[in-house]
Amino acid sequence: MTAGGDITAGADITAAERLAVSTDQDVVRVRQLVRTIAVAAKLGLVDQTKLVTAASELARNTLVYGGGGVVEVSRVENGRRAGIRIVFADQGPGIADLELALTDGYTTGGGLGLGLSGARRLVDEFDIDTEVGRGTTVSVTKWCR
Amino acid sequence: MALSTDEVGRFAGLLERGGDTLTAAWTEAVATSLRGRLSHAELHRQLAELQKGFQAALAEGSDLDGDAGAELRAQLNELSSTRARQGFTATETAVSVFALKDAVLAILDQGEGADSTALRDYVAFSGFVDRAGLFTFDSYVRAREELISDQAEQLLELSTPVVKLWEGVVAVPLVGTLDSARAQVVMERLLQTLVDTGSPYAIIDITGVPAVDTQVAQHILKTVVAARLMGADCIISGIRPQIAQTIVALGIEFGDIATKSSLADALRHVLRLTDAKAARRGARRGV
Amino acid sequence: MERVPVLKIGDILLVSIQIDMEDQVALQLQEDLADRIVATGCHGVIIDISALDIVDSFVGRTLATIAAVSRVLDAETVVVGMRPAVAITLVELGLSLPGIRTALNVELGMELLALERDFDLPDDDDEADEAGATVVAAP
Repeated sequence: MTAGGDITAGADITAAERLAVSTDQDVVRVRQLVRTIAVAAKLGLVDQTKLVTAASELARNTLVYGGGGVVEVSRVENGRRAGIRIVFADQGPGIADLELALTDGYTTGGGLGLGLSGARRLVDEFDIDTEVGRGTTVSVTKWCR
Repeated sequence: MALSTDEVGRFAGLLERGGDTLTAAWTEAVATSLRGRLSHAELHRQLAELQKGFQAALAEGSDLDGDAGAELRAQLNELSSTRARQGFTATETAVSVFALKDAVLAILDQGEGADSTALRDYVAFSGFVDRAGLFTFDSYVRAREELISDQAEQLLELSTPVVKLWEGVVAVPLVGTLDSARAQVVMERLLQTLVDTGSPYAIIDITGVPAVDTQVAQHILKTVVAARLMGADCIISGIRPQIAQTIVALGIEFGDIATKSSLADALRHVLRLTDAKAARRGARRGV
Repeated sequence: MERVPVLKIGDILLVSIQIDMEDQVALQLQEDLADRIVATGCHGVIIDISALDIVDSFVGRTLATIAAVSRVLDAETVVVGMRPAVAITLVELGLSLPGIRTALNVELGMELLALERDFDLPDDDDEADEAGATVVAAP
């Protein structure tokens, strides 16, 4: 089951940086990696903050709900603009009801549950591919203004 | 059409032999189009430099885009940039380059004989100069666009002043239309000023905003929510009667955000709040 | 694992978060604060987040929990120093930090606490402060 699908084609302009996410410490590493690349890509401060925050949410999801996984960060461009793409992939239980998960306020973890829908608002493109029993892959892109 | 090595050599030689006579002829051809806005001497100097550039480019090969053309391209960029900033039109700038063809034709007529080789050479040479002229055009456009974006940035800076009105109160008079990009900048500057001045109150005055639609209202609302998250509060002032009616008609809810019609009222409101706080503190300490 | 230090200044506990916290560290801070409030009998907590360049939903939840737990223990919490970019992001994220009072900086945070109770404001008596400030939990 997929949703979003609004990732526009973009050529990678640098090799992707990969990080395994299996501990709390890894989530911090993801934040720091995304921050570094966002600064290098000359994203504005507010955009950097939004992207790192989204990355933190999604990396945590990968860890907590996906049982661990991998995060890939790369710089992309689509002819007119440069941007950053981050892919979060796990082989966990998958999301049974995607529509529900994407609604504000939904949570199974006892928290405020704004993970997916909130993260989606912070980025320019958001794509999610998930299947029960197979795992979940979330792809986000933020373009430089 | 690409020139052969022979043709290229011939033209480089032609330009060299033409020397200063050629430059003078070129200058004459251009001077009339510029109508005295550039001094004759300055123009002559610029064109002499360009002539050498063409010579060098043609001596090495006829590819304007290759390494051989690098110096010529740099000179054309320079020419376009300066002309753009001086206010010349794109055509006037390109004509300065195209006029070289007229000057060279004059020389051909005089000495080299109008045989078919010369004619073929000339057409090829003409093509080369055309490409150079178009390149000039492109650089010109880029230079103007940079100028425009610089000015737009300066305008943005000028039109979003943040003023400290009193201890703990800043005012942001918004002037002009508030599009998405501008609203973002204004929001960030306002919030940063709250931090920098340690002011718990901001008065956002919208007297100078001609129209408030749902988008603008949303931007203002987001700013207020962000300020509250940070520990400050905002009052909106300068709401004109028409704006008030538009807000109600659009169903925009300002909730518990204070709105005043004048900056003075807003300031009075804030001072009352800070006085009240000070009084409570005093009472607590038994002062 | 790092721990966030908690400073006692008079009747107030001051926490200045200087590091990018792992989730576990945030949870540990929540526990440490509850312990310290009870141990010291303090009635005010100030959490300085001016060094945080992001606040995600986990940190937001933790702050909300700290405020709620402190209130049950008869202490008021104020979160200070939120950066503009963080505030803008939180608005976009839709996170409203319910039940959390905020102020622009530590000084204003202390004033806010003083409005509620009879705190000795540290700026009244700076030298006594230096002597009185004690670190009650440290890494």
